[in-house]
Amino acid sequence: MNNLNYKDLLGIGQLSLETIKLILDTAESFKEVSIRDIKKVPTLRGKSVITFFYEPSTRTRTSFEMAAKRLSADTISLSASSSSMVKGETLIDTAKNLQAMNPDIIVIRHSSTGAPHLIARHVRAGVVNAGDGINEHPSQALLDLFTIREKKGRIEGLKVVIMGDISHSRVARSNILGLRKMGAEVTISGPPTMMPDKAESLGVKVVNDPREAVKDKDVIMVLRIQLERQGKNLFPSLREYAAYFGVNGNVLKYAKDDAIIMHPGPVNRGVELSSEVADGPRSVILDQVTNGVAVRMAILYLLIGGLRVGNVD
Amino acid sequence: MATWIRRGRLVDTLTGGIDECDLIIDGERIAKILPSGYFYDQGSDLKLIDASDMLVIPGMIDMHVHLREPGEEYKETVSTGCLAAVAGGFTAIACMPNTLPPNDCRAVTEFILEQARRAGSARVYPIAAITLARKGKVLTEFGDLKAAGAVGVSDDGSPVSDSEVMRRALEYAKYHGLRVISHCEDLKLSMDGVMHEGEVSTSIGLPGIPAAAEAVMVHRDICLSELTGCPVHIAHVSTEASVELIRRGKEKGIQVTAETAPHYFSLDHTAVIGYETCAKVNPPLRTPKDIQAIRKGLVEGVIDVIATDHAPHSPLEKELEFDKAASGMIGLQTALPLVLSLVREGVIGLVQAIEKLTISPARVLGVQGGYLKEGSIADLTIVDPDFRYIFSKDQIVSKSKNSPFIGREMTGNVYLTMTGGRVVWERKA
Repeated sequence: MNNLNYKDLLGIGQLSLETIKLILDTAESFKEVSIRDIKKVPTLRGKSVITFFYEPSTRTRTSFEMAAKRLSADTISLSASSSSMVKGETLIDTAKNLQAMNPDIIVIRHSSTGAPHLIARHVRAGVVNAGDGINEHPSQALLDLFTIREKKGRIEGLKVVIMGDISHSRVARSNILGLRKMGAEVTISGPPTMMPDKAESLGVKVVNDPREAVKDKDVIMVLRIQLERQGKNLFPSLREYAAYFGVNGNVLKYAKDDAIIMHPGPVNRGVELSSEVADGPRSVILDQVTNGVAVRMAILYLLIGGLRVGNVD
Repeated sequence: MATWIRRGRLVDTLTGGIDECDLIIDGERIAKILPSGYFYDQGSDLKLIDASDMLVIPGMIDMHVHLREPGEEYKETVSTGCLAAVAGGFTAIACMPNTLPPNDCRAVTEFILEQARRAGSARVYPIAAITLARKGKVLTEFGDLKAAGAVGVSDDGSPVSDSEVMRRALEYAKYHGLRVISHCEDLKLSMDGVMHEGEVSTSIGLPGIPAAAEAVMVHRDICLSELTGCPVHIAHVSTEASVELIRRGKEKGIQVTAETAPHYFSLDHTAVIGYETCAKVNPPLRTPKDIQAIRKGLVEGVIDVIATDHAPHSPLEKELEFDKAASGMIGLQTALPLVLSLVREGVIGLVQAIEKLTISPARVLGVQGGYLKEGSIADLTIVDPDFRYIFSKDQIVSKSKNSPFIGREMTGNVYLTMTGGRVVWERKA
């Protein structure tokens, strides 16, 4: 019986090692669908998926909708500006109203940590966290794990460095949790202003200097610098960030030859990543995007499968 | 009619003793305190209260309460807040000025006192704002506010960030004999934080408030107290660093007093896990190490007062995304059992604990009460220290039910509360 035994996917923190492996294995079998001539299977026909994005997103929303459609589910997308939230409706009321239309899955992105958890307590539909505040972005971490496993053949025992604004990154948090569960060794790197308090409690090493940080690593994961954080004194200027913490050809000289470069997108070229690295032979950035659809197909399929066996309430 | 309280163990906050006594209350005053077993012949018109196995303590005084009236009567009113107070054993409460409109002028102070008079259960001591509209710019009319009945000034949740304004407030308050109460928080440091910054905030992905956001302002206010010679009272101390700063200030002879709230010695930041908005409070719940420091600070006299920071909120402010939810929890009815739990754990002696709920806040605020002796006003609480129960929503007298302690097993509660010789609360059955 292929199901997740969870109603919701709220974070990597909730998943067992077996469940993560199940999702990755399932994604593997779905990856083939996207390279067919007719890119559609009837698996989720008659099911409906609502994507509710309270924050802007291109990649994640498109990826979820593509995944749902390739499984023949119906998709409806809502954004904060088109929802009643602008009219002052509370999140719980919005969720209950969506539930009243009986969707099978609600995919939500929200600027508040814990918003998907709050919704999940009030709806029967499965809730998928597509990013909540600075907390988690589980589908991104799963597609990253999938990509690492695809490129490296394994995750256990690999050395991974995550570089950038770790404090404010839900991608980093989910990846740290997932990589640690899968047995990878994780280092985080960036200016001290961007390292979380008590980072060691996450089971990671902190190495601020990028040249030092990339040494001996199998995977170099670079995060997007959120330009809107400029002026909050996390870093003096983009120019200085690029010079001292950006990943470029010079920094890569310290890395292993077979290290892969990852980035969740969108890339600020010339800031956290130079173009030569982003477009270079070690970059797997576009593979991540391709794999994202397969992984999200697996998530939707397994969650709805789980619901089908009556795993609600 | 007189009242005879028999065989209670009287907690004497003046001498530190506990003795079985009988109390005769006549009118609004304590007429006599007699050794137990003494036969008092007053004829038939004498109400008897059997306080065997109970503690008789001075009416508790909570110097940090939010009554929400005027403006947010759906959360609490002066009347419901006073009832919650007496249900929790408090015969007097000081209410913070963050109402709508704020208590920054005589009219609001007088209105609150009038509502309290009508409610007729607990005594209410208004704390007025330090600055107009609590905006931290222009001082309120301290003289007029004191004349109207205010006992202290505080901008509470919107701390005075401008050190020059705080200096002037202290200088001016000293002249009028008003206690300045400071909510210590560097708003720039706490920024968008919603819980304590530490391994829990890092683990569950919520923006943190560093402990230093409190300590830097505690240090500032102690420096300003030294500069002005005006006493300052630090509200709701939550961190180890604050305790240390206050200790050093006291050692230097600076007139600094401090309070903490029961949740800061009972709960740590893990209570937030699950995005529990009922555990969202400002300052935030801290670490086990801070809890130990707070407890030590209480025992060593660094922290003078236990006050609840009773902060009623309705589901409208609490059933929300964690970062959008309001800060604060109710506390009037849980303070006594949480303090008694510290006593049972052997952290603090019974009399010392009771002092922090009675005579100590009375001294800080400069108000009556806090001790029981012949001739004094009969504000008292009879406590059943061994009564065991599960604290449940339906026991909450306050209009709001936002407590993280719902469902917790408690030992000790209020058997009877008396204000000015009148029974204002009696436990049912």
